[in-house]
Amino acid sequence: MEVLTYLIPISLVMGGVGLLAFVYTVRSDQYDDPEGNSQRILNSDYDDHPKVD
Amino acid sequence: MTATMRPNISACPACVAAPAAEAMAERAAQKDAKIALSVPGVHCGACISTVERALESAPGVTSARVNLTLKRATVEAAPDVMPDALIALLARSGYEAHELDAGTLSATQTDKAGRDLLMRLAVAGFASMNVMLLSVSVWSGAADATRDMFHWISAAITLPTIAFSGQPFFRSAWGALKHRRLNMDVPIVLAIVLALVTSLWETSLSGHHAYFDAALALTFFLLAGRYLDYRTRAIARSAAEELAALEVPRAYVLRDGAEVQLPVSELRIGDLVQVRPGGRMPVDGEITVGTSEIDRSLLTGETLPVLAVPGQGVSAGEVNLTGPLTIRATAVGKETSLHRMADLVAIAESGRSRYTSLADKAAQLYAPGVHILSALSFVGWFLYSWDVRVSLNIAAAVLIITCPCALGLAVPAVTTAASGRLFKRGLLIKHPTALERLAEVDTVVFDKTGTLTAGTPEVVSLDGWSAQDMALALALAQGSAHPLSVSLTAALQAQSVAAADVDDLKEVPGYGTEARWQGKRLRLGRAAWVGATAAGGTAAWLGVEGAAPKCVTFSDRLRAGAPEAVQALQAAGKEVILMSGDTTVAVQDLAQRLGINNWLAEALPADKSARISEMQARGQHVLMVGDGLNDTAALAGADVSISPASALDAARVASDIVLLGGDLSPIADALATGQSATRRIRENFRIATVYNLIAVPLAVAGLATPLVAALAMSLSSITVSLNALRLR
Repeated sequence: MEVLTYLIPISLVMGGVGLLAFVYTVRSDQYDDPEGNSQRILNSDYDDHPKVD
Repeated sequence: MTATMRPNISACPACVAAPAAEAMAERAAQKDAKIALSVPGVHCGACISTVERALESAPGVTSARVNLTLKRATVEAAPDVMPDALIALLARSGYEAHELDAGTLSATQTDKAGRDLLMRLAVAGFASMNVMLLSVSVWSGAADATRDMFHWISAAITLPTIAFSGQPFFRSAWGALKHRRLNMDVPIVLAIVLALVTSLWETSLSGHHAYFDAALALTFFLLAGRYLDYRTRAIARSAAEELAALEVPRAYVLRDGAEVQLPVSELRIGDLVQVRPGGRMPVDGEITVGTSEIDRSLLTGETLPVLAVPGQGVSAGEVNLTGPLTIRATAVGKETSLHRMADLVAIAESGRSRYTSLADKAAQLYAPGVHILSALSFVGWFLYSWDVRVSLNIAAAVLIITCPCALGLAVPAVTTAASGRLFKRGLLIKHPTALERLAEVDTVVFDKTGTLTAGTPEVVSLDGWSAQDMALALALAQGSAHPLSVSLTAALQAQSVAAADVDDLKEVPGYGTEARWQGKRLRLGRAAWVGATAAGGTAAWLGVEGAAPKCVTFSDRLRAGAPEAVQALQAAGKEVILMSGDTTVAVQDLAQRLGINNWLAEALPADKSARISEMQARGQHVLMVGDGLNDTAALAGADVSISPASALDAARVASDIVLLGGDLSPIADALATGQSATRRIRENFRIATVYNLIAVPLAVAGLATPLVAALAMSLSSITVSLNALRLR
């Protein structure tokens, strides 16, 4: 059972990385325009003016 | 157009609050102005590139960004770029665009509260998943040191999470307790805190049962309910704000002999304001120069345009029809006629606040019951066993199991589903309890002008007109932008009449149009001016010199879906009433056309709200549908109110629901949806009660393990959410 001493912290850290990634996406307004983003990714133009704020 | 928005700099999350970044943003805002445009036509990826490229090709534009979800374009441009130019540019590319007032919109963009709630929800979700996994191993038989270790790890995850995620509940419960009241959050907070305390105590004594997972699951489900509730309202609010932002308040003012364009908020009393034909009065004032006709339908409900001559008073919101007017402002901003309505609205609104929502009713019954039950089981077990630890454990289990997890989801899940459904049909639910109040409605009161009718006149008949008369009338009507002329032109062109050849065509503001034809004077306009005696109703007269004047009468065109809405409401057994400030003839005519037996004409704003409170005193539940300033008091006083998107801002603010399209028929659907939503909410409360009836005896008997608590909580929450989705 000693393996738990490694496994539990590792799983918590990995989950925490996911949580932080989510927090980052919320903070940087990445859910402002879900429909537009789904269209832009299929667009062949290069996005010269990516969203800054 | 230079209303600037501060750009939101958040390249890294921590920088947001940094004062240096704020200062930089201020400086940037002075250099470039942001222009917000509503572009309802964008719907695909190709549209995005077309619109952005078109906007960026304009001189002075630094960048343009389309938001497809909001159907909005944000343009950063030099301060001298005019929105009108950009709108014309987009029109050439085939996209209709409207300017949005950036100041009004900025409130929506900083959606801090929603983001805050989402963050707390994410943290609670993350923590509860981890603790639940740890708990699963405890339930499946981890013992002794392993169990203790799992409990301690759970505690280490749970305590900081609750401290962060539980804040909305702590704050709301504290607010209620400070005012010596109980709300739904008081038992929630008590359950969470008691669960944490007993679990910590148990863990320190190497006990078997800890409720860390229950405390977290409770927080997570309740936050989910809160977030749903918040989203629904935020969507409605942002759409309502967009409607408000469409009316960019700007006026042309004479200052030092030159005409300048100014925001309405900068107008002062005594300013000379120019109002062009078709423009809306920005202020209350007195006409100094010019003759015209004004449309007062939004303020009084009158359809007939009123003659406007120098010396006459005008109110903000009236529309100038034919000739340019110069107005000396006598009241500006909040002092205008809107303000006079404020007292009426305040009185009417005090009646509205009496409504207690279903959730509050449930909380009033529920909160004291839970506390008493939990306290009784503590006392009972203490007297039976004289063991504080066992008694406290059981009291905590009772609180956790009865905790209104499903109750917290019962209302928001249903209102989210129902609002989404109604939004697709063009109804915007602004108030959280509007659906519940809509379900109780048994009487529907309609305003006439602008609500049941579109506010645009329609030719009734051209009986007795010769082909020559029609040709002459068309020639004269074509020369004017007056609503009656426009309507007459359309009607005559539909009969494929060709305009006669006339000379010296000129419009005489306030009276009509005049021309010469074969040496005779021709006139089309007001009865007295043409030389006829006025009859009732809306009419225009054609006078040829030497011949008797001919009359054409107009009626107000019905709004799309009006007859259907009235019929559907009557078929559903609702009493339909028409109340209008217009003349008796016009109101009676419309009531007969729509089959409404109960009508009231020439009603003042106070009359309308008085009639509604009279009906309410008789126990009727009234839905008011109206659009004008004269309806605001009635809208605020009725049990629930709807206004069309074309209504004045004040009317939209006073109403609970905004009708986005031009069609009235969704109103009947809305009543039906409101009823089924309320039925679902009641069902949800019943489901939650059944779960409690099963689980509470187990908890009081001391048989509720953390596993039972987790099962009861998740199952009831999921059932309640699924039940909400059944809504039709």
